Amino acid sequence: MEKTFNILCASLFSTLGSEENLVLSLSGENSQFVRFNNATVRQTGLVDDADLSFKFISNGRTCNGGITISGNSKLDLKRGLDEIERMRAESKEIPEDPFLVMPTDSGSSHEIKKANGLAFTDAVDAILPAMQGTDFVGILANGKIYRGSANNLGQKHWFETESFCLDYSLVTPEHQMVKGCFAGSDWNQDEYENYVNQSKKKLSLMQKKPMKVDTGEYRTWFEAAAVADFLGMFSWNGISEASLRQGCSGFGKMRNEDARLSSKFSIIEDFSPGFCPKFNSNGEVSPDSISLIENGMLKNTLVSSRTAKEYGVTSNFAEGGEYLRSPRMSPGKLNQENVIEELDRGLYLSNIHYLNWSDNAGGRITGLTRYACFWVEGGEIVAPIQTMRFDDSFYRFFGEQLLDIEDKLTIVPEVSTYGQRSLGATTCPGILVDSFALTL
Amino acid sequence: MKINVDLKDLLSAVDVPAQWVGIREVYEAHTPRMIRDGVPVANSRTSTHGVMVEVLVDGQFGYYGTPDMTAVGVSSAAQRAYQQAKIASRNSIYSFDESARPKYCGNYKSPFSKDRNSLSAGNLNEILLQAYNNLKISDKIVSASSLCQIIESSFKFVSSNGSDIMQDFLMLEFDLSATAVDGTNQQTRTFGGMRGTCRQMGLEFFDKYEIMANANRIGEQALELLHAEDCPTGEMDIVIAPDQMMLQIHESIGHALEVDRILGDERNYAGWSFVKLEDFGSLQYGSELMNITFDPTLESEFASYAYDDGGLKATKEYLIKEGLLVRGLGGKESQIRSGLEGVANFRSSGWNRAPIDRMANINLEPGDSSFNELIEQVQNGVYMESNKSWSIDDYRNKFQFGCEYGKLIENGKLTKTVKNPNYRGISTPFWNSLKGVGNFDTYGIYGTPNCGKGEPNQVIRVGHASPACLFNNVQVFGGV
Repeated sequence: MEKTFNILCASLFSTLGSEENLVLSLSGENSQFVRFNNATVRQTGLVDDADLSFKFISNGRTCNGGITISGNSKLDLKRGLDEIERMRAESKEIPEDPFLVMPTDSGSSHEIKKANGLAFTDAVDAILPAMQGTDFVGILANGKIYRGSANNLGQKHWFETESFCLDYSLVTPEHQMVKGCFAGSDWNQDEYENYVNQSKKKLSLMQKKPMKVDTGEYRTWFEAAAVADFLGMFSWNGISEASLRQGCSGFGKMRNEDARLSSKFSIIEDFSPGFCPKFNSNGEVSPDSISLIENGMLKNTLVSSRTAKEYGVTSNFAEGGEYLRSPRMSPGKLNQENVIEELDRGLYLSNIHYLNWSDNAGGRITGLTRYACFWVEGGEIVAPIQTMRFDDSFYRFFGEQLLDIEDKLTIVPEVSTYGQRSLGATTCPGILVDSFALTL
Repeated sequence: MKINVDLKDLLSAVDVPAQWVGIREVYEAHTPRMIRDGVPVANSRTSTHGVMVEVLVDGQFGYYGTPDMTAVGVSSAAQRAYQQAKIASRNSIYSFDESARPKYCGNYKSPFSKDRNSLSAGNLNEILLQAYNNLKISDKIVSASSLCQIIESSFKFVSSNGSDIMQDFLMLEFDLSATAVDGTNQQTRTFGGMRGTCRQMGLEFFDKYEIMANANRIGEQALELLHAEDCPTGEMDIVIAPDQMMLQIHESIGHALEVDRILGDERNYAGWSFVKLEDFGSLQYGSELMNITFDPTLESEFASYAYDDGGLKATKEYLIKEGLLVRGLGGKESQIRSGLEGVANFRSSGWNRAPIDRMANINLEPGDSSFNELIEQVQNGVYMESNKSWSIDDYRNKFQFGCEYGKLIENGKLTKTVKNPNYRGISTPFWNSLKGVGNFDTYGIYGTPNCGKGEPNQVIRVGHASPACLFNNVQVFGGV
């Protein structure tokens, strides 16, 4: 794939006029998807896909384009040349772009992560035996992922990785569920089977009849997976500088009224673990680490180069959408072994579901409990709870109501496969909150 | 660039000992254009083109999605799909036969009078810039945008049992948005909420619709919301406009009736359903005023088509009749697995994803009440327009929606504007509280371009048409 990308780049850049600039970015995969239900195979298949995106700058205008790479070099070159011709013509009739971002040559990078992964022909037989006797449902996404970026000034980045992710649920006959996500690069059958056994043990806690909890405010423990979902909301009308400037960010109180979260709360964008490439689709390389909220205070937002130009601020080379790519929340001092005792009486929430802003300006988020969620009383788990809706503000649960933070960090991988398999992960701890509002 | 491919030639190049082979070709091009705050922020055209080769082996389907549409490429894809299916067939959830892909032949084409080239990129940017100028009526409007997206999609399907289908779609998404800010009070008004204005049509849209008048109205309403009181809290009646009914239908009916969810396929992602297989024919889902159809035949609605992605012919069917649940959203595979009657809704997001049960056009049929007759029935309530927030649990029971724009209803009349109107409820009690259904004069045709579901994940387009509706005794609340 890298060779195909390099050949296409060289051919297409050679056709540019002296006043024209072009950024090409590639996003591709060779993937296996096996879908399971009732510990059997529901659907199985393979996908080869690669898209080449174009950003063409000429005459003070920006045009974008995109084609599928077929693997047939003549066809792909023809598609690419046609695309440039189309954008060249269009750039003569659309309005001028006062905030266009010109490409630069600020260095190249090359990273290929090889792995001893799970062979496509072995996957079903590796996964299913350990799941026998359970109601297992989920998806295996497995194979190579590619990202590339190059521009006509000579800058070139290539990132290639091989990984698997088995994202699954185990279900009791009473429809109670636990969630598992076994992900990595090198497949280890023993580690997999141990991981599944942990899920089965957790499932045994779900055998009790679920109890109904009244609406109201409760002391609550959120496992890291739930915290990761809350942090994910920061990527949607949250930490983006453009969102703040355009009046649609929940961070407005922090920016404009100096509202603070808890001094215990800190989060950075951290590219050092290499979950995703440091370069964005424009080929720009982010700093290894960007402090976003430090001890409760907003330090930086995510700023793309276009936003930087538009509002006269400094870019930290965020993607155009200014979303978190590799966030890391700081740990605290609460040991997992002491969580239930510290919680004493309240909710233990392992996962949450279907989050949305219910009042963006107020930082209020609604959503639902899901999977292994329990009522705790007298420092002991009493029973799973029936699904409840919550509606509360992150200014409260990451702010004045935040009691303590787990001392251990969990890596929650990005498992989205919309369009193609995603890269990235959220690294975060669990949190203990004094009051959290259930509403339905 | 779209290349011409002879699928029958490709099918003849496949040499695997499968029970059945099908090839589905999808070409799709998206052309978004957007003006935000007076400058162009999107002038793009992206296309994707490939085939999915699907084989049935020992009762198990296997697939290979590939952009290599040569005979060699497709032959190799079939071999690897065969290998995947063969391995999985030892642990299949169900042993299918060829009846899961019945033979159909035919064509479909979206209705339109002006094709995508009838307005140039320059013309479209001029229209969008003019619309922006009509949105930006005050310095309090800190951001405004106008956008359109033209979608061309072409689908071909051939199979070893003789199916031969071709469908060509032309679609348009359009939106206007104005955000007004005063301190930390920020209010956004759009043209139908969440890109709800989306249809199968051509560029005649730009002749027919009063874009500039709507832009002006949206700008004014964004400002109006800045000075409005918060929506009151309490249990009261609500009248919901079609551009919010769209999402109410989508989340609390459409997803709940997907048979693959009921069969448990989605439990790890989108979720299960409170509806059980035995509920069909017996569950009183809503009041007797409630008639819900699966209607892929409504001209110009976003998800109209003649055949689904498994090649099944699509027809209009009642899902809920006079409040009684009568049919589920299950394609041929789900019909076989469940023993239920279904519809032609086996759909995929493209050539690189396998079809699953999806919504298409799910509509609430019009009733008898005029808009004024709905309002007159309310002593104390709120009228709500345009979705801005949505959430529902994994069984499709407990929902919560927020709207952009509300009006108090006092003593049978619309009075003051209110901001941040929200409501929440539980699906079947809510639908059983349906006490008034508007007539065709209150009817609106909307849709959503971003319905997510499936593993691997897929975004598809769905349509929802509905009249305005009155519901009794709903939990209503405002902002912080």
